[in-house]
Amino acid sequence: MKDKLYGVLAPVKKYGLFVAIGILALLPMVVSKTYILGLLCRVLMYATLAGSLNVINGYSGQMCIGHAGFFCIGSYVEAILATRMGISFWVLLPLAGAAAALMGLFVALPTLKMRGVYLAIITLGFSEIIRLLALNWTDVTGGAMGIKNIPVPRLGGIEFSNARTYYYIFLAIAVLFLFITRRVIRSRLGRAWMSIREDQLAARSLGVNTPAYKAVNFMYGAFWAGIIGAAYAPYARFIDSTIYTLDEGFNILSMVIVGGMGTLTGPLAGSVVINVLTELLRPIGQWRMVAYGVLIIVMMWFRPQGLIGASDSVLAGRDIKMKKSGEGAK
Amino acid sequence: MSGILRANGVCKYFGGLKAVENVDMEIARGDIFGIIGPNGAGKTTFFNICTGIYGPTKGSVYLEEEEITGLSPDKVAAKGMARTFQNIQLFKYLTVRDNVKIGFHLHTKTRLLDAILHTKAYQQDEKMIQEASEAILERVGLIQYRDSMAGMLPYGIQRKVEIARALAIEPKLLLLDEPAAGMNPQETMELAEFIKSLNAEGHTIALIEHDMKFVMNTCNRILVLNFGKKICEGTPEVVKADQGVHEAYFGKGIIAGEAVK
Repeated sequence: MKDKLYGVLAPVKKYGLFVAIGILALLPMVVSKTYILGLLCRVLMYATLAGSLNVINGYSGQMCIGHAGFFCIGSYVEAILATRMGISFWVLLPLAGAAAALMGLFVALPTLKMRGVYLAIITLGFSEIIRLLALNWTDVTGGAMGIKNIPVPRLGGIEFSNARTYYYIFLAIAVLFLFITRRVIRSRLGRAWMSIREDQLAARSLGVNTPAYKAVNFMYGAFWAGIIGAAYAPYARFIDSTIYTLDEGFNILSMVIVGGMGTLTGPLAGSVVINVLTELLRPIGQWRMVAYGVLIIVMMWFRPQGLIGASDSVLAGRDIKMKKSGEGAK
Repeated sequence: MSGILRANGVCKYFGGLKAVENVDMEIARGDIFGIIGPNGAGKTTFFNICTGIYGPTKGSVYLEEEEITGLSPDKVAAKGMARTFQNIQLFKYLTVRDNVKIGFHLHTKTRLLDAILHTKAYQQDEKMIQEASEAILERVGLIQYRDSMAGMLPYGIQRKVEIARALAIEPKLLLLDEPAAGMNPQETMELAEFIKSLNAEGHTIALIEHDMKFVMNTCNRILVLNFGKKICEGTPEVVKADQGVHEAYFGKGIIAGEAVK
């Protein structure tokens, strides 16, 4: 049954990306409902956000669960500089990414020797600090009032003022993210990250400067989270600290887990599943959190490698050992 | 001097435990240098000091007359020392080829921007790694396993993959920590041949081993440790004849003495 599912997914993995981009680009012309367009925007936004977390959790094996913090920094950098100084959205996009990456470095530096649950707790604390800063530093962040009337991005004559147009910004970022990350993962850098995930001591004894690579990995993930944060602020037109809670961090994490850690397209699938599920389960209100919980437990149980996870991924566990054991003898 | 690795009065104390006590060692170019000793004699600890995993409490280590004492493992690797581990530490969920490719980390310079833009540097690096990793796998006879997941391979093959990965560093000195552990006699014999052939190609090798037959047949110089101290050093013949070595392995006394003879 599992093999069958994998067989079905294999060609999707191969060509799916290109086909998907084509279809996705045409979608706003076909879909008329604003509600659906809004959902599509969220799916694309979270695809990148979960993807950026996946670079940290899935590829270098570090455990960041406070990703909402980087998302928050990106949003506030954009919102503050755009409303107060009128700087263009297109300039602020990379700037917000850089700010988040810098903060990623600050978080990474003292935690380079830590792994697993210790690092996880520090990122958790960091995320809360950022949220509380946004809530209480009223002069800069507007405190509980948040920041409103964030100017919409313009390019040429186009004004990205609704979901139909903004969709393309999220799509462009998602495609750019996947394209660049794919290249990075398949380079010396990506291999070094994966070697850290697999065995730090062995990586070091092969000359990989593991602290430096872990820091770069953290910064890379934070950078994209910052960019998505910056893209989100003018989309929502209004931001306040309640958006960037720990729940948000867990939400992003659940997309990575459901989709498949350590795979490029996994977070995209995770984003689709979780966001669509959120909409479908709206009638049951807060009970949907229970549904998420059950979903994650079921996923960890039956398919720990996620929906897209290759059968050879780290998390597939005993499943692959049984399947692959005969292969060496060939 | 043609010495490659020199250790001067190396000590390592864990609290009150003297794991390694005042050990001197000199490995010459072209050696297959064996380190033996009973369990807990401090062999692996001594290896770990040489490769930078531990800093020594006292003493110093030189690689080609350049001090490497207390350098981190990645810097020691960059100076040209490669190692394998007692409990195989492969990147289990990566393919054999990718394992070896990571071994080329030090010989490539691709940076983030190179990877994103696929610059010439990136392309040259990838081409070099691709070809060189194939060549190494061909050389050690693992080419048919290149796309297998490293962790799924039989034990003996995994040991070889680990050596292949270490060779990718193009090391001046290759340290093998119990390469024959867990192998059957047939595999052990093949390994001995393999190590000799590597040596014949110009690799200097140091190894820790428990299998006496293996060590005596493979190594040209042997260092014996017991309770962290050096008790003997020399050719296999010297070590075989040494009374102290006999005592370390079999204990003192008439019965033990007779058993040895």
